[in-house]
Amino acid sequence: MNLTGLDSGLDVGVDSGLNAEHDIELLENFATEIGSEGSVTVRGGGTQWEVGGLPKADAREVKAPTGVWSFAPADMVVRCGAGTTVAELNEKVGRAGQMLPFDPPSPAEATVGGLLAVGQNSYRRLRYGPLRDLLLQIRFVNSLGQLIRSGGPTVKNVSGFDLCKLMVGSLGTLGFIAEVILQCQPVPEASRWFSGEAMTIPNKLLTELWQPSSILWNGEQVWVLLEGHRRDIEAASQSAGLAECEPPVTTELTSFGKDSRRISLPPATLKQLPKYFPPGSFIAEIGVGIAHLLADQEVPADMLPQPDQRSVALQREIKARFDPSGRMNPGRSVWRDCSV
Amino acid sequence: MSTDKLVEDLQEVLGDGRVRVDLLERDLYLKDASIYGGGRPTAICFPKTTEEVAGVVRVCAEHEWPFVPRGSGTGLSGGATPIGNPVIIATSKMDEIISIDPEVRIAWVQPGVLNLDLTNQVAPLGLHYAPDPSSQQVCSIGGNVANNSGGPHCLAYGVTSAHVVALKVVLPDGSIALLGDESPEPEGYDLRGVFVGSEGTLGIATEIAVRLTPNPPSVRTILLVFDAVIDGAATVSGIIAAGLVPSAMEMMDRAAVQVVEAFTHAGLPTDAAAVLLVEIDGLAAGLAASEETISEVATANNAREIRVAATPEERELFWKARKSAFGATSRLAPDYYLHDTVVPRTKLVEVLEKVYEIVERYELKVINVLHAGDGNLHPLLSFDSREEGVLERVARAAEEIMQASLDAGGVLSGEHGIGVEKRDFMSRMFSDGDLAAQDTLRACFDPASLANPDKIIPEGSRCGDFALAYLATTGKPLPKEVWV
Ligand SMILES: Cc1cc2nc3c(=O)[nH]c(=O)nc-3n(C[C@H](O)[C@H](O)[C@H](O)COP(=O)(O)OP(=O)(O)OC[C@H]3O[C@@H](n4cnc5c(N)ncnc54)[C@H](O)[C@@H]3O)c2cc1C
Ligand SMILES: Cc1cc2nc3c(=O)[nH]c(=O)nc-3n(C[C@H](O)[C@H](O)[C@H](O)COP(=O)(O)OP(=O)(O)OC[C@H]3O[C@@H](n4cnc5c(N)ncnc54)[C@H](O)[C@@H]3O)c2cc1C
Repeated sequence: MNLTGLDSGLDVGVDSGLNAEHDIELLENFATEIGSEGSVTVRGGGTQWEVGGLPKADAREVKAPTGVWSFAPADMVVRCGAGTTVAELNEKVGRAGQMLPFDPPSPAEATVGGLLAVGQNSYRRLRYGPLRDLLLQIRFVNSLGQLIRSGGPTVKNVSGFDLCKLMVGSLGTLGFIAEVILQCQPVPEASRWFSGEAMTIPNKLLTELWQPSSILWNGEQVWVLLEGHRRDIEAASQSAGLAECEPPVTTELTSFGKDSRRISLPPATLKQLPKYFPPGSFIAEIGVGIAHLLADQEVPADMLPQPDQRSVALQREIKARFDPSGRMNPGRSVWRDCSV
Repeated sequence: MSTDKLVEDLQEVLGDGRVRVDLLERDLYLKDASIYGGGRPTAICFPKTTEEVAGVVRVCAEHEWPFVPRGSGTGLSGGATPIGNPVIIATSKMDEIISIDPEVRIAWVQPGVLNLDLTNQVAPLGLHYAPDPSSQQVCSIGGNVANNSGGPHCLAYGVTSAHVVALKVVLPDGSIALLGDESPEPEGYDLRGVFVGSEGTLGIATEIAVRLTPNPPSVRTILLVFDAVIDGAATVSGIIAAGLVPSAMEMMDRAAVQVVEAFTHAGLPTDAAAVLLVEIDGLAAGLAASEETISEVATANNAREIRVAATPEERELFWKARKSAFGATSRLAPDYYLHDTVVPRTKLVEVLEKVYEIVERYELKVINVLHAGDGNLHPLLSFDSREEGVLERVARAAEEIMQASLDAGGVLSGEHGIGVEKRDFMSRMFSDGDLAAQDTLRACFDPASLANPDKIIPEGSRCGDFALAYLATTGKPLPKEVWV
């Protein structure tokens, strides 16, 4: 354990300072490659290549720079190229007992930039919050080929408009992420899954358990991820009457297969899922609102939140102003029912 | 230009009583809690509903007249301060809690609801609203959203942005939009996220969905005493490096402790160089382990005393000491200026030492109260504005402290916002391209530049000298009661 905190003292194969600029050349090369003309698309690990539609065939393909460039464990802050894979990032910060709770299914391929651009959150969001709250600073390349920075390297910051939030989930349609600074989390001492029977929605567990990392429910069974001190986990699972089990994310969820559908619902409406879907054909993230559906199930239109038309108009305005010629990831759209 | 027609149209929306134009009343709105002023509002409007706000904004848009949203006016960067003669849209009559869903822990509130009032309302449900700025008794949730405000417990729980689920807003053209919804991954770009922290420049939040947080099962509050500031700061980094994120980690230096102790008699050691208040919460075993780690780190960093609050009353007393720090400084000198910058936690010592050096060079007094866990510095310069030339010395010192923070890889503001105070320093942190991108976003929401214009983004014509901007806006002694 590093008790003084002043000396990061850990060899994680990166610079310890946050201001090292040796990588700026890589960022500038990325910007130059993107340039200011012609359709262009950016590929990460290609694990979510179809989300929002395929890029137009004439789009030039670029890749974001890779590398974990600086890491200050006593700041719990890491800076890396957007092309870095989630596995590499977690391996590096893991050496200091820290992590990014991103949990993509293929961490060895999925890139930090791709993950942020797609904006899907981990099943552990209940505890760690959404991706966007861990993104402290971003450097992206805009449609003019300029490198733009927003946010700051500190864990707290209200200096100007927050373009980080705008970029998360924007599918590369406003700019391509080049580099990010992320806030790490401590790896919990213990991490265990439990399960139990639950014919009705297990909202009660939300109140009973202190900061559960995940509560999943399929209409007849509940799975709970508890993280923290061993003895606390033991006590909590016992008093809730839960039994230890295999992680459902590698068993149940993966068994849904690649064609399963993932929908985002107000958490208060999850209790209606059994009305539309038989038990076992859905897995809901309780307290969060994500529902995974076995393939080929119709989702009633009134179940999904309807986009606010004024807000959509505003978003179109943003796309038009940030990318007037429509060259950034053409063919992709952040809206379900319309193309950009 | 005559404003009669403007006022008449506003009165058509709200009636006479809720559009105030008499000079006396308008003069109550010359400033927020900062020292920045200069303009005078044309009228103050007090709408009660989203539709009324939309009506007022539409009138402004038709007259191409700027407007400034205002909550409780406790902002410290001049965000709610009128520049020129805008219409002020005050949310103080929009103070209803619209709904509370204890099961999924979401509440919808009007923007004028006071921060602590919401926490008090949901307390019987075992819940609270986590962002807890020191001003929480008086500041509005709308103002919190606009400034992305923080508080001691935001270290573990996150600042305002992490607690805002969705927003109904009136855009600067008078139209109404819903930004985000209660689902976790709303379709499209995250405009909710963009709006939080936009300081009233993108429109007015009129209905706010916030996340409520369960009260922790147990809490432990630990007071650590040090003979050197460097040891206190090293303890902060050491605790984080050991894998703990306490719910709060607040530091006071000797000058702060002395002022506070004289005021609260909390039993803090007035000869110590620094005291650190660390709070942890959670379940029994984890708490015990964390407490042990904190003691180990503190001991390794020469803590001379480790005091765990034995009773809830003692805990209250520790916090009272921390929270009354700024109020107590009026004993030091009649006036003060409160700074707000953030540096990486590991640079706290380096920057604090610079702060002391700068302040000494300018012959000023400083007390330091820090959200140390976040690296958020709040040097408070106290002075007597009757002293000749002191304003300029304060301004120069403040500017140097800000530059020292930036040089250490820090940022301009951690929680008070840019407003007018730091607007002209934005270019020290951001390139022209960065600022153009921010301005592009602003222009999407507000192409006519009517919503709180002149804030955040510097104008080319503005001079970038803190001292000059400061003197130009004040020009006279600071108000006796700048309460921070
Ligand atoms: C718990 C969990 C479960 C998931 N389950 C699945 C699953 O079952 N199947 C699945 O396919 N995905 C799943 N995802 C999402 C997936 O992990 C991420 O979206 C993925 O990591 C994308 O990364 P990539 O590098 O492969 O992106 P790519 O597939 O290469 O790209 C995805 C999109 O992002 C854009 N993009 C890539 N890099 C950048 C950049 N630097 N800047 C801007 N835009 C960029 C691309 O142009 C493209 O539009 C899951 C995520 C989580 C958290
Ligand atoms: C004693 C004291 C202690 C403080 N402690 C802290 C602290 O610990 N942490 C912290 O973060 N801050 C602190 N502050 C600063 C201040 O209290 C916060 O910034 C607070 O959030 C401002 O809320 P308000 O209602 O007073 O807003 P105002 O000052 O009225 O307005 C602030 C900004 O918000 C905009 N605004 C207000 N309402 C709306 C709305 N509905 N929609 C859009 N824009 C709106 C205004 O235009 C302005 O730009 C402190 C201030 C004081 C005086």
